[in-house]
Amino acid sequence: MSTDNQGPIWEVFVQSKPGKPYKHVGSLHAYDKEMAIENARDLYTRRNEGTGLWLVKAEEIVSVKSGDEESYFEPADDKIYRHPTFYNMPEGSKHI
Amino acid sequence: MESNLYKFCVRLADTSFILSYRLGEYVSHGPFLEEDLSITNVGLDLIGQAESLFKYAAETKGEGVTADDIAYKRDESEYLNFHLVEYPNEDFAFITVRQFFMDVYNYHLFTALKNSSDPTIAAVAAKSIKEVNYHLQRSRKWMLRLGDGTEESHNKIQYAVNELWKYTDELFDMDAIHKSLIEEGVAVDLKKVEKSWIKEVEDTLSEATVTKPEHVKHSLVYGKNGGHTDFMGYILTDLQYLTNRFPDATW
Amino acid sequence: MENSKNLEEFQAKIDAEIKIEPKDWMPDEYRQHLIRQMSQHAHSEVIGMQPEGNWITRSPSLRARKILMAKVQDEGGHGLYLYCATETLGVSREQLIQWLHQGKAKYASVFNYPSPTWADMGAIGWLVDGAAIVNQVSLQRTSYGPYSRAMVRICKEESFHQRQGYEIMATLMEGTAEQKKMAQEAFERWWWPSLMMFGPHDGDSPHSSNAMKWKIKRETNDDLRQQFIDKTIPQAELIGLKIPDANYKLLENGSYETSDIDWGEFWNVIKGNGPCNTQRIKQHAAAHDNGQWVREAAIAYNEKKQQKLKSA
Repeated sequence: MSTDNQGPIWEVFVQSKPGKPYKHVGSLHAYDKEMAIENARDLYTRRNEGTGLWLVKAEEIVSVKSGDEESYFEPADDKIYRHPTFYNMPEGSKHI
Repeated sequence: MESNLYKFCVRLADTSFILSYRLGEYVSHGPFLEEDLSITNVGLDLIGQAESLFKYAAETKGEGVTADDIAYKRDESEYLNFHLVEYPNEDFAFITVRQFFMDVYNYHLFTALKNSSDPTIAAVAAKSIKEVNYHLQRSRKWMLRLGDGTEESHNKIQYAVNELWKYTDELFDMDAIHKSLIEEGVAVDLKKVEKSWIKEVEDTLSEATVTKPEHVKHSLVYGKNGGHTDFMGYILTDLQYLTNRFPDATW
Repeated sequence: MENSKNLEEFQAKIDAEIKIEPKDWMPDEYRQHLIRQMSQHAHSEVIGMQPEGNWITRSPSLRARKILMAKVQDEGGHGLYLYCATETLGVSREQLIQWLHQGKAKYASVFNYPSPTWADMGAIGWLVDGAAIVNQVSLQRTSYGPYSRAMVRICKEESFHQRQGYEIMATLMEGTAEQKKMAQEAFERWWWPSLMMFGPHDGDSPHSSNAMKWKIKRETNDDLRQQFIDKTIPQAELIGLKIPDANYKLLENGSYETSDIDWGEFWNVIKGNGPCNTQRIKQHAAAHDNGQWVREAAIAYNEKKQQKLKSA
């Protein structure tokens, strides 16, 4: 019998270079913040994948509840007027 | 007759090389997978440091000698590493303490060596410092987690500190060769490194609730004079197996 | 009925190549199939560190030493990505490890063979990683999102492994008579076990049809095996190795015909009667058990720190 002492799960985000967004690359187990970020470095940036790392405990992540996706995301489908391609521009107009 | 510079490089290289040997033995035996990767990373950095120094030593020797020749083809008494790094991976406490002692040492040593009058040594030091900085953060945190974790981990760390303390004198010993290199500006005064080492180690032990052992001078023939523990023979038998068995082969 | 509507929507996503993500509804069989397959994949990576880790300390040059250590470290990393991806299905890593130790979970049977010589480092990297690459490239398109993303990451790293192995073999084959003999013998030891890595003929494989319907698997075992054979035989011939199959021949369509695999050997090793089954688990369990006090200490220390922060 063994109790679970693997430690909490952390989600890892890597920034490939300054100016770029942080991208989710996976997760790992670690017992504290320092270990989490050190392990993330050894696990997810061995090949110069990035210049920045963010770690978040998996339990802190807020995400859309299962079943709510439709009401969260579909209403945007018919608001095509938010996209520039919706608009008719006079022929010959530039820089607009 | 080997130059002082050759000996200086080999002393540093051998210590990193044998320490990385011990870490290489530990792969897939770690207490959890992330730590396995983390320790292997330290081992890889150390091989890199050793290789740079073996290459430089080979250059100073000339005669077509390569870094591999130096790393693999010497007798036991010609290896010049510290006793501390030969100590086996008895358990994770020993691995942690051994690493912590060496990381504090390397940190202060390389910080000083960045200003060596020898540009190659200075460059190796400057590169290594980035790695050692990281190693030290790691090993220091483990000293705290284990020293101030559970009663069991505390006892194991205290035991490892007590056992390994006898090997720390050697880190700061300076012989005529070293002193002559200090005069040339190549090497640094290890008394200064010792002061920083003692302070940092004392602070960490205290924070980790670990007692600093009594200092007792042990009779050891230091590595720089070809002296080793019993473990060294086994390390070399293993490490040199292929190059001894097939002396004419290239790998 | 709720369930049949869910099942329809689920299958529609699969058919439309839309990835299934952790909090999506999925049939319980799909979940269980993935837990088994992904965790066994993870276990394989980690157990594989043993036969290869065997030669780290005896690596015959500084370069070879670095490369082998980095490779074995990568395998550990792959295991980690896969354990983490498996955990998204609602099972803990600790549980997965327990199942491994209890023999309820398997790992690639290829790792139940020993690695007695340096040449085995070459053969394993070239053949075993080579076979894994063929399988993993195909799995990049698997239907479960976290598994697919882990596979993409792993594939990027895996090709260095195969080159590392092939380079060792090529170096040995250009070396002394003893080195050539070492390479040939290692090749013979690992050839058939590598072919077995792709699993039995699909007709004989119990989980195959669901795996294909749910696009967990994208190609059949036999197709993947043939791809591997067709790539590898020319690589072997190029460096002067003799194929350990008296009946192999090149067909007009560019593919190779090879002898039947001894499936008795395969099932016997899977059953637990391979050369190294016992010691692989023993070593893994020992590391896990010996590490218990370390993990407990890390938890205790963190708790103490959190307490201090709260009362500060």
